[in-house]
Amino acid sequence: MSEYRIQGATGDWEVVIGMEVHAQVISHAKLFSGASTEFGAEPNTQVSLVDAAMPGMLPVINEECVRQAVRTGLALNAEIHQWSRFDRKNYFYPDLPAGYQISQYAHPIVGEGWVEIELEGDVTKRVGIERLHLEQDAGKSMHDQHPDYTLVDLNRAGVALMEIVSKPDMRSPEEAGAFLRKLRTLLRYIGACDGNMEQGSMRADVNVSVRRPGEPFGTRCEIKNVNSMRFVMAAVEYEAQRQVDILEAGGVIDQETRLFDAGRMETRSMRSKEEAHDYRYFPDPDLLPLEFDDAFIEAARASLPEMPDDKRRRYVEDLGLPSYNASTLVMEREAAEYFEDLLARLAKATGKLEREVAARASNWILSDLFGHLNKAGRSIADSPVAPDAGAELLMLVIEGRISGRVAKDVFEEMFASGRRAIAIVEEKGLTQVSDEGALAEIVEKVLAANPAQVEQYRGGKTKVIGFFVGQVMKETRGQANPAVVNKLLKERLDG
Amino acid sequence: MSIDAATVERIARLARIRIEDDQRDALVGELSGILSWVEQLRAIDTDGVAPMTSAVAHGLHWRADKVTDGDIRDKVLANAPLVIEGYFAVPKVIE
Repeated sequence: MSEYRIQGATGDWEVVIGMEVHAQVISHAKLFSGASTEFGAEPNTQVSLVDAAMPGMLPVINEECVRQAVRTGLALNAEIHQWSRFDRKNYFYPDLPAGYQISQYAHPIVGEGWVEIELEGDVTKRVGIERLHLEQDAGKSMHDQHPDYTLVDLNRAGVALMEIVSKPDMRSPEEAGAFLRKLRTLLRYIGACDGNMEQGSMRADVNVSVRRPGEPFGTRCEIKNVNSMRFVMAAVEYEAQRQVDILEAGGVIDQETRLFDAGRMETRSMRSKEEAHDYRYFPDPDLLPLEFDDAFIEAARASLPEMPDDKRRRYVEDLGLPSYNASTLVMEREAAEYFEDLLARLAKATGKLEREVAARASNWILSDLFGHLNKAGRSIADSPVAPDAGAELLMLVIEGRISGRVAKDVFEEMFASGRRAIAIVEEKGLTQVSDEGALAEIVEKVLAANPAQVEQYRGGKTKVIGFFVGQVMKETRGQANPAVVNKLLKERLDG
Repeated sequence: MSIDAATVERIARLARIRIEDDQRDALVGELSGILSWVEQLRAIDTDGVAPMTSAVAHGLHWRADKVTDGDIRDKVLANAPLVIEGYFAVPKVIE
């Protein structure tokens, strides 16, 4: 793999990237109160007196949030700390009613781990995880709704977040994007976070610095507010170049917090004149240490689905899929499940091994199905063509009952109407055999095989013609044109 | 350990508490006094003693993940100096 380098006037520079990702935990109630976490409610209707920091109210931890943090830690191959502690992070802001955020500073629930990211050209790389801790989200401030006031909604205040901190292991915009994508995939697989960056349930802060290859780390800047994969890559690219320009002009990098401006695709200083933040962390006296036993961890482990890396390996090794197909299918759990469901049905319907039909099934999903879903702006979860219907269509192709060309047309129709492949094929006569010569042969064969029924017919029991039609249909796998069969039978029996 | 006037001012600023000049010297004395009183604890040998996290011998209480609270907007907003359309309204803050 070629290494990513920024070509400066004085030589090459290497970029070093670390990330802090805030992921909102999927739970019904908040981290320390019984108020709802649902998105989009009327302002301040999902706020308890605990969230509003009324005097005397005490936080009580939500077990589901603890369980999800442990499950996420396991998915990140990380050390789970059976003893952790909550600290207060003190700062003033209107959307933080208590004047402090309950977080985990010195003793996080999850320690070091790693994730594997996939890069161009079948290359994988491990990115280290420094830690994961639980903390409360703040409320939401709106500065543009009123000319004179900032409006504050506390519905989000107290919702559980996991802050996942990577090690500074990424070296290019591509790696940064791949890390965030992988994290999102993992969180969605295990159902710990919905990964919705637009609604803000997953937010990334990106630390960027540059150095001469092989030298110690340079001074880093933290870029806030980077809310899509594309923006992460753009922010890294912009920020690294900015730092190189400063250094080459003989300047120094100020360690500072910068905002990513998605409109201009650049980062800019938050120009905070205030002194450096002093959060004065201390253990929260309202909360005892968070402790759990091995059984709790093992139950969390047992609740994890097959993880995407394991799936990908299985698809390549056991099913013989090309690695591109495997990687793309496992990115979303729904797509992987669709594939597995379809594959099982297809193997059963065709009497073949999964391995024999897997490549065809994956190609069809990635090109035909994904192509149509993208065009229609739909997700695979609400695909108008379900796995069993897709399997039926592919079965027709594999058995040679329709051509690949016809299959594309049939799929169009299935996607538009939600109808089944066989129904469409029959209605449109796409495989139907109407050729009298071909059918006459089968009619002869059926009559020859059933002399008793022929006698019955000729003796006046003409209803037995239904039996012959059935036999011919069976011989032709339902592809014979019944009207033609009827006509041919009558000619032969009556004549 | 004692603290100086600058430290008192910094603590006041972080806590968003306004102190007048004539209060400052008194606070230097009072805060230093509290610290030196706590400092006496350092004289005790605590090697091998596990940190005490609570005066009561039980663990953290956990709650089930159920919605049991909320929908009390009037109560939540009752003490707010200004409410606009269900929001707390505060003087404009922009980073």
